[in-house]
Parts: sequence; structure tokens; C-alpha cells
Amino acid sequence: MSAKSAGAPPAPIAGTDEDLEHARARKPQKSSLWSRFDHSVVPFILISPFFILFVAFGIFPIVYSGLISFQSYRNEYPVSRDGTSINVFTERWVGLENFERTLTSWDFWQALINTFGLFILSAVPQLLLALIIASLLNRRLRMQSVFRVGILVPYITPIVASSIVFVTFFDNAGQANWILGLLGVESSMGLNSTSTMDGIDWRNQRWSAWLAIIIMINWKWTGYNALLYLAAMQSIPKDVYEAAALDGAGAWRQLWSITVPMIRPMVIFTVVLATIGSLQLFAEPVQFDENPASGQGGGNRHLWRTVAQLIWFTGWSQTNFGFAGAMSWVLFVVVVLVAAFNGWLTNKIGGRK
Amino acid sequence: MTATATKRQAPAEPPRKHDAALLGRSPQDTPAGWINYILMSLIILVGVWPVYWAGIMSTWKEDKVYTTGFPQVTPGPYFEFNWKVLTGQFSPPPPTYASYDSVNFFRSFVNSIIVVAVVVTATLFFCSIAGFAFAKLRFKGRDPLFYFVVLTLTIPAQLGIVGAYQIMDRLGWIDTLFAVTVPALVSAFGVFYMRQFIEDAIPDELIESARVDGASTLRVFTSIVLPALRPALGVLGLITAVGVWNEYIWALVAVGSSPWQTIGPALHNLRAGSTPKQSIILTGSFVASLPLVLLLFVAGRQIVRGIMEGAVKA
Repeated sequence: MSAKSAGAPPAPIAGTDEDLEHARARKPQKSSLWSRFDHSVVPFILISPFFILFVAFGIFPIVYSGLISFQSYRNEYPVSRDGTSINVFTERWVGLENFERTLTSWDFWQALINTFGLFILSAVPQLLLALIIASLLNRRLRMQSVFRVGILVPYITPIVASSIVFVTFFDNAGQANWILGLLGVESSMGLNSTSTMDGIDWRNQRWSAWLAIIIMINWKWTGYNALLYLAAMQSIPKDVYEAAALDGAGAWRQLWSITVPMIRPMVIFTVVLATIGSLQLFAEPVQFDENPASGQGGGNRHLWRTVAQLIWFTGWSQTNFGFAGAMSWVLFVVVVLVAAFNGWLTNKIGGRK
Repeated sequence: MTATATKRQAPAEPPRKHDAALLGRSPQDTPAGWINYILMSLIILVGVWPVYWAGIMSTWKEDKVYTTGFPQVTPGPYFEFNWKVLTGQFSPPPPTYASYDSVNFFRSFVNSIIVVAVVVTATLFFCSIAGFAFAKLRFKGRDPLFYFVVLTLTIPAQLGIVGAYQIMDRLGWIDTLFAVTVPALVSAFGVFYMRQFIEDAIPDELIESARVDGASTLRVFTSIVLPALRPALGVLGLITAVGVWNEYIWALVAVGSSPWQTIGPALHNLRAGSTPKQSIILTGSFVASLPLVLLLFVAGRQIVRGIMEGAVKA
């Protein structure tokens, strides 16, 4: 009863419990003020904490960064009359200036290309591998939970921690180069050097930096996606396979002709998830820098700087929040378009079967 | 019905190991071959190796991190030393170590625990009452409001980061735990997950009959819904804890340069020095991973179930 009075103004319900029961027995609905309150107001009381917090700290910041992106919201250095430069934080409306700068900024386009390249090159092998792992797990397995829990280890490892470990793997003297050395891969140390080292200088060219980051991303997310696929696979009605078996379809054929088309909604879901996730890519590329706390990100030539990194750098190192806000909105529009396109594409490819 | 009957019969046929598919079994009724076990074990080895190796490195000094030969796989004696350097218990730092090899790691560990505890409690409470309302109560605008929640699931969190930072700045919450706690108190996913769970787990008739007996909405929630909610609370709590513990970009800008930094920014700051010690950074990484790895050991099945159930319902 205390719970009841907690959600209701005390006056109308004081001592009405028994009255209420009698009233309900005669006329089930709309019999008293309390009942009306219980049916029409209490639901809103239940959802209001969620919506208040969600609107205040989830939706409003998005709108607010939209407002900031139309302002010069940054440190400016005007020169005063005596010739000294002063540092002033300004907030003034500048229309579309930040968006214009975003769309004409080479840094932004380069970051967008990096983000996209990393997204496509990581998502495709990741989802294919997840599909294969899921079909490996979709059998009568001993120690089933051990395997299912085991593939989640990367997912629960803090992303900064795992990225740090991988950065040591991709160091010049790291484990990746040790393995490459065993395979006989060598490269010269620096342009003018005659000495060679095992493996490659991972940060020195775009493809190897990307490959390293893609390995980090896929290490983390493949197992998680495999579980999602496994869940979908297990809800496929079993008799579908019986029909296929009558037609003589083998295991591999069944995977591509039955399982994959049947889990198409889940494939679309994971493609959309991967799109949203990798277009916000941040931790792995930041940590891949030799010193993530200084510099502008992505190495000296920004070979692997993503949009999220650029937003971070522009906003918090250059204190230009208007520009950063515009970038995040442009990125968002791109994410929506790409996610919609990917969903449509996946649907179409799957639908042909 | 006939379909069920055939399905029941299938496993009763004499099993032929190699042509299991031809028997008309679905894959999940087919016993796994040795190749499945070998491949899965390899995959899990790859998944576990970085965490395991970080653990091994937390017990050695710098020279074992970059070896030209086979990586170190057995633990050594230096964990205590590394931990003391990491948490800044040496002053001045030992020779060849520098002050940037230390952060107040213990404190950031505690900060993260506080944030996780508050966020998980609040998320479970707010999301289960809202999920209950969306699942079982009729009120004006219920469906549009719920679609709104589902729609926001697809908005990347980073979109609002610039605005969120300015709002927190105005509130004076930057460099306090409020900045990393308050925005995480509710989650759209939580409401969505709870609503799906309650809708499936509790029959409408049960609620109707309680209503006829005169139970108020809150009474229905506390006596009927809440007791049935325990498994879902466990799953949502675990998933929320994983998300909060692993928070990085927002924690970095909101509390990253203060004593209130959480684990993510603490690890980030460890790498800020000019030639930081990898063994110390790896010690930090391993210790930061430890709580969740242990959680996976203890409650792995629930986490797996939560991810799989949540996915199918989506």
C-alpha cells in the first residue's frame, strides 16, 4: 500500500481502499477519482523518469550541438589596439559557415574516406566470419556454453585495454612482426637505411595501418555478431531442413540456401549495427597512434584518422566546438544514408535467393 | 501438427554420422564433428590470447614485452612492482621509470565501480517501470512514444557529444562523476528490452484478474511483474555494466583530465608520456579487463542468453 501512495497525491485516495473495492465490484471502470488517476496518469508517471532523463541528456544534446554548429563557438584571437593578441571564447551566429568549412575541408574528407574504408573492409570479413562461426556453433556441441561464453571474451574486454595490447602486437618488435619474420617477410628500416627488420612498419603506410585497425575491430566484434546469428539460426523451424535434405542438399549448401536467407532480418540488423558502430570508430585508431594524447591523430600523415577522432581533435584540442558540431551532424547524415543504403542492399541481395 | 510429428520421428531413425544432413536433421540436431571443436578452440584461443598475454606481461618487466622469439606465456614475479608503479606508490619513481608511468589508477578503478553501481541500479529501476508501462498498460500515445524509443536506438551516441559537453559545462559537471553518471541513468535499449521481456513473460489474463480484484497499477507491478522480472534484470544489469565500464570517448572529454577519471581515460593517460613503459600500461589494461572477465566467468551464460534473446526479439 505504501507503494501505491508513493505514486499518487495523498488526498483523493486516503482510506479509500475498501470503498474502491466495492465500487469496482459494481462498476469496474471510472468509478472513482483514484481509479481514473490510476488508469490515465500512473502510466505517465512510470514512463516519465525515462523520458525526462532521456530527453534532457540524450535528445537535447543532439539538438544543442546542432545549434552550436551554426555558431562560431570557439577561441578566437582578435588583435587589440595596442597590437597584442588576446584569447576570447566567442559564441556568435555565423549561419552555414561551419558546414561550408566541413564540406570543403580536406581533413574532413580524408577522415571520411578513412572511416568508410575501415568500415567496409572490416564489416564484410567480420560478418562473413561471424556467419561461419555461428554455423560451427549451430550443432549439437559438448561444452556448448564454454564455447558461447568463450567467444564473448573480446566483447567484454574494455576497448582501450584491448587496443593497447594490439598496439604492442603491431609494434616494430611486436608479435605480428615476429610471425611475419617466421614467414620470411622483411622490410628496410627507413628510407635511407640499409638494415632490414622482420615484418613491416605497420604505421608507415595506409594499407598496413588499416589492416592492423581492421584486425582490432574484427577481433572485438566477430564473436558478438556470431552469437546474434546463432540466435537467429536457432529460431529457424527445423522442418525446413528436412525438405532440403530430401532434395539432397549438403551442409554447406544448406548454409547458403536455407540458413542465410532465413536469417536475413538478422543479417540486415547486424549490417546496420556495424554501420552505426564503425562510422563512429574512435578507440582503435586513437590508440594505434604512438602517443594518443598528443598530435592530431592518425600518425603524421593522418593515414588512419577517423571522423570521430577529427571531431575530438577539433573540439577539444583546438577548442572549436562549432566546427566539431557541424562535422558530427554531417557524419550523422552520412551514417543514416549509408545505414539505409546497406539495409536496402542487404535486403536486395538476400531477396534474390 | 503433422510437421511436429515428423520432427519428433527424425532423431529416432538410425543415426549415420557422416550423412547427418541427409537424414533431414536440422544443423542444431546434428552432432558436431571434430573439425568444429578444433576450429572453435582456435577461435577462442585468438579471442583470449590478448587478454591472457596482458595478464602475463603484468607480471614481468619491460624486456619481456618486445621479444624477438616466442612470446612469454608463463607468469613472473613482478606484478606487485608493476602495480605499485602504476598506482604511484613509489615516489620518486624507480630508475628508468617516470612520473607519467603512474596515474591514480586505484582511484579511477573505484570511480568506475561507483559509476557502474549507480548507473546499473538506476537503469534497472527506470527501464523496468517504463518497460512495464509500455508492455501492459493502455494510455494515450503509447505506440508513438514506443516507436520513438526504438528509433533512437539507431542514433549514434557520438552525435550529441559536442552539445552534451557544453551542457555539462554550463551545469558545472565537467570533471565530476555527474558528467559520466547522469546521462547514462536510462537507456533506450533497456526500455526496449524490458518491454519485450514483460510482454512475453507475463500473460495479460494474470494482470486482468488482479485488476478485477482491485489491484492498482503499482500493486500489479510490485506483486506480479517484479517477481517475474529477475532474469531480465540480471541480463540488462550485466549488459549495462559492460557498456559503462568500457566507456571511452565521453569519459575522456568529460572527466579525462581530473581525479574523477574513470578506467578508460586512465588507460589513455598512461600512454601520454614520451616513452611510457609498456609493462605498466599492460598491467593497467589487464587489471581494467579483470572485473568483466571474472563477471563473464561467473555470469557468462546469462550474458550470452541476454544477447541472444535481445537479438531475436529485435
